[in-house]
Amino acid sequence: MYTYKELQRISNELRIDIIKAISRAKSGHPGGSLSAIDILTYLFFNEIKRTKENAFDPNRDRFILSKGHGVPALYAVFARIGLISYEELMNLRVLGSRTQGHPSYTDLPYVEASTGSLGQGLSIAIGIALAGKIDKRNYNVYCMVGDGEIQEGQIWEALLSAPKFKLDNLCVFLDYNKSQIDGYIKDVMNIEPIKEKLIAFNWNVNEIDGHDFQQIENAISNFKSTKEKPTFIIAHTIKGKGVSFMEDNVEWHGKAPNEKETELALMELKKLLETNG
Amino acid sequence: MGKSTRLAFGETIAQLGEVNENIVVLDADLSKSTMSNLFAKKFPDRFFEMGIQEANMIGVSAGLALSGKIPFACSFACFITGRYDTIRVSIAYNKTNVRIIGTHAGIGIGEDGTTQMGLEDVSLMRSLPNFSVCQPCDEVETRELIKYSINHQGPMYIRLTRQNLDKIFDDDYKFQFGKGVQLTEGNDAVIFATGALVSEALKASKILKDRGIKLRVINIHTIKPIDKELIIQSAKECGLVFTAEDHNIIGGLGSAVAEVLSENYPAKIVRIGLPDCFGESGTPEALYKKFGFDSENLAKTIERNLN
Repeated sequence: MYTYKELQRISNELRIDIIKAISRAKSGHPGGSLSAIDILTYLFFNEIKRTKENAFDPNRDRFILSKGHGVPALYAVFARIGLISYEELMNLRVLGSRTQGHPSYTDLPYVEASTGSLGQGLSIAIGIALAGKIDKRNYNVYCMVGDGEIQEGQIWEALLSAPKFKLDNLCVFLDYNKSQIDGYIKDVMNIEPIKEKLIAFNWNVNEIDGHDFQQIENAISNFKSTKEKPTFIIAHTIKGKGVSFMEDNVEWHGKAPNEKETELALMELKKLLETNG
Repeated sequence: MGKSTRLAFGETIAQLGEVNENIVVLDADLSKSTMSNLFAKKFPDRFFEMGIQEANMIGVSAGLALSGKIPFACSFACFITGRYDTIRVSIAYNKTNVRIIGTHAGIGIGEDGTTQMGLEDVSLMRSLPNFSVCQPCDEVETRELIKYSINHQGPMYIRLTRQNLDKIFDDDYKFQFGKGVQLTEGNDAVIFATGALVSEALKASKILKDRGIKLRVINIHTIKPIDKELIIQSAKECGLVFTAEDHNIIGGLGSAVAEVLSENYPAKIVRIGLPDCFGESGTPEALYKKFGFDSENLAKTIERNLN
């Protein structure tokens, strides 16, 4: 198990990798990658513990990134744990690369499922969780959805169905960074009151700060001790977290930083590393 | 009259459930109509009632397939293929072993009318990479196709009828994926038919025989990948080519045959199907007459084009 301090260091280093990869690709989604990376870091390093050796073990815990546009964060984790090379991470979106602009299962099976057409990954996660129940395997399925994403109708079909099947092996993270391409969630299509909706849909609901490792750990521990119900973790996050000019700025949903902006971002992130470890 | 192909599916999948425990079946509140309820009764632990949620059912099926299951996702052809992007990304792009069972294909469903008729489903599914598209013409072929599908790699769309169909094949029929089946001898013209229209084409060939016309009838159960060689060879031998399907003439069997011929052996082709229109309510028989799908009208169309 990594300490919170160690996790913070890893996730800040991964932030640097994310910015570098998107900057080199000259396109991609920095805002939602930076908001998600702390949760991904906790999951992959302290919970799922994915390695190249266990990557296809039928008993492995799964992670599905339903908000597929955040995939630079996932690739950064993959590179860090040795599933892909650092060079592949830096070949993000390049012709012929396995690091496609959105997760492609047939190119890179570690992503567990192709996603990117929003609203679909949660249903896939439910299918994998159901298979685990049928086969009496005790793996857990983690799924991350975006806040804009849950405006999709299919998400609400999925939210109805997981409690019906008593999928206590399913844990959904909402990366609630408050904005989407066209503006703030509350203006584009408000999802509030989200907690009450989920409770009414029979989910076990946790609400946390998605950048606080202690709170992430507590929520996962609550998930693992909850029986007969799926768990939904509303993780309040900051879009672009770690880079001051990207934070809570809708502009950075799907835009790559230019050379100057990249330099500035990397400087800030390196400073973060120095101060926070 | 034999069974509907949906009933043959339900009976077969219920049998196969005994020999392959990876088979799982999902339905979206239509299990009594798709006949997946025959499986549900025998294997309640491997049947998932998804409620009226076709998109979620498609995604859940993909997840099950990614975990090694062989899911059969069942609904009416129009409803399930209407969730196109979910099929595209969750099933096709992931190259999963999901079998989509689309029943109530075509105007042959009759009285329920247009919103319940699968009329563009083949066109949609044919354009998805990795997908195979199959439509059996009787109960025996359905049984053999479903058996075959268990070991097929990649996603499949299987199109079935509500109405009963003539039994065309003997019980020892061998299904060969991707291969057309020649049913009659003849060199005056060839008709490629699929699904419910195969028995109509066969009856039309008998009518035409009495009028001195020898029609070659070929059953196309695999619309994708299509049997190119057989199509080219038959066009060479017969000259005039007809296609017949209970589906829009855009994007279905007629298009598939036209694509093969125009690139390889340009020949005169007449596509019989819905002329880019919706259906309507009526008895299946009345609808087949109105749209020229019944054997009498098929024979007339063929004779007219020969002269």
